[in-house]
Amino acid sequence: MKKWVCIVCGFVYDQAQGLPEEGIAPGTSWDDISDDWLCPDCGVGKSDFEMEEI
Amino acid sequence: MGKLVIIGSGQAGYTLAREFRKRDTESRLLIITQDDGSSYSKPMLSNALSKDKTPETLIMASAEKMATDLDAEIWTNTLVTDIDSTEKIVTTDQQSSHYDQLVLANGAYSIRAPIKGNASDDILTVNNLADYRAFRSHLEKGKRVVIIGAGLIGCEFANDLSTISSDISIIDLASQPLGRLLTPHAAETLKQKLSDLGASWYLDNAVSEVNKGGNGLAVTLKDGTNLQADIVLSAIGLRADLQLAEKLKLETDRGIKVDRFLRSNNEHIYALGDCAQVEDLNLPFVMPLMNCARALAATLAGEETAVSYPAMPVVVKTPCYPIVVCPPPRPVEGNWEEEVTDSGVRSMFKDASGQPIGFVLTGDLTKERLAMSKLIPDWLE
Repeated sequence: MKKWVCIVCGFVYDQAQGLPEEGIAPGTSWDDISDDWLCPDCGVGKSDFEMEEI
Repeated sequence: MGKLVIIGSGQAGYTLAREFRKRDTESRLLIITQDDGSSYSKPMLSNALSKDKTPETLIMASAEKMATDLDAEIWTNTLVTDIDSTEKIVTTDQQSSHYDQLVLANGAYSIRAPIKGNASDDILTVNNLADYRAFRSHLEKGKRVVIIGAGLIGCEFANDLSTISSDISIIDLASQPLGRLLTPHAAETLKQKLSDLGASWYLDNAVSEVNKGGNGLAVTLKDGTNLQADIVLSAIGLRADLQLAEKLKLETDRGIKVDRFLRSNNEHIYALGDCAQVEDLNLPFVMPLMNCARALAATLAGEETAVSYPAMPVVVKTPCYPIVVCPPPRPVEGNWEEEVTDSGVRSMFKDASGQPIGFVLTGDLTKERLAMSKLIPDWLE
């Protein structure tokens, strides 16, 4: 499973876990997350995330 | 709009420039910066060792790359010496430029405590990439480090430095780490977890002198304790850089006073980031400046937009003991209730009417931060 890391604050979006608190179900792929979604910890946009294969 | 000039190339300046360009590709854009204009993540400075980052790999883009991406002119290593707000001209130590709208995003500087001794100038602070380069150049495995200040940055550095040093001393005037941000059990646990990594605590204490010694630096504390160190790092807080603002006779307080449109008392001069105080709030964190940058970009592109602040918790980068704090943004009467569970601490601050207005989460309970934030009223509606 892929993880996406915020390059500003280090927040990790793990596709396997999703983000149920924000209504993003486990297994939601990065591409299916809305383009105006913001990092929950620091508020940067999706373009400030990098993929990290773990 | 003509020409937008931004002073500062930190997170605030570059984020504003990027958001502005999403809305306006026509206007001229000039960014003036004292440093080399590299784009990097400032929050990462306090956990770069754990993330295996060097000062060079922390850089996401050079000034040249930023200039191309933003279709902007960037003057690097350039100091603004004067601003004529009547003629709307910015003068620097190298050249000058007209502006139609000017944004001050020149940040804050590290507060330095008055410390005596013949090595007080050797005390390091880290508030930007250049500082961090200097700090890392002194750092080698096994060095003895004294950290002045057990606040957010001090504790984050202590955790990060523990990857290469087992001799870390932390000194603070307060009697617990993170001072008033944490409730007692959470603070005690953080202290314990950092101790497990090799940190020694000197609380209710202060550094009075730093002198050159035969074996590195000799650090003398207020209570008479003597410590030997190779590096002394001061992390006792930031103060908004108000020099330009004061020269311009802008209203200032803890930051440059701006309204909800990030506008100062001069209608063509705006401020955001660590140097700004929006209404009564000066919040030197990333999330507030992201909110400000988006609102201000819209305003500068012709669509007047007021900034709003939800409750914005801060994630403390202490992986040995994960913590999220959301202190009440303004002084208010109320009480903390601390709940200690097997998964961590959950503390809530309630005002006199019983409304939750702040919280602390630690350990696995940090996962609750989004749900908890929803209980807290907006900071700026």
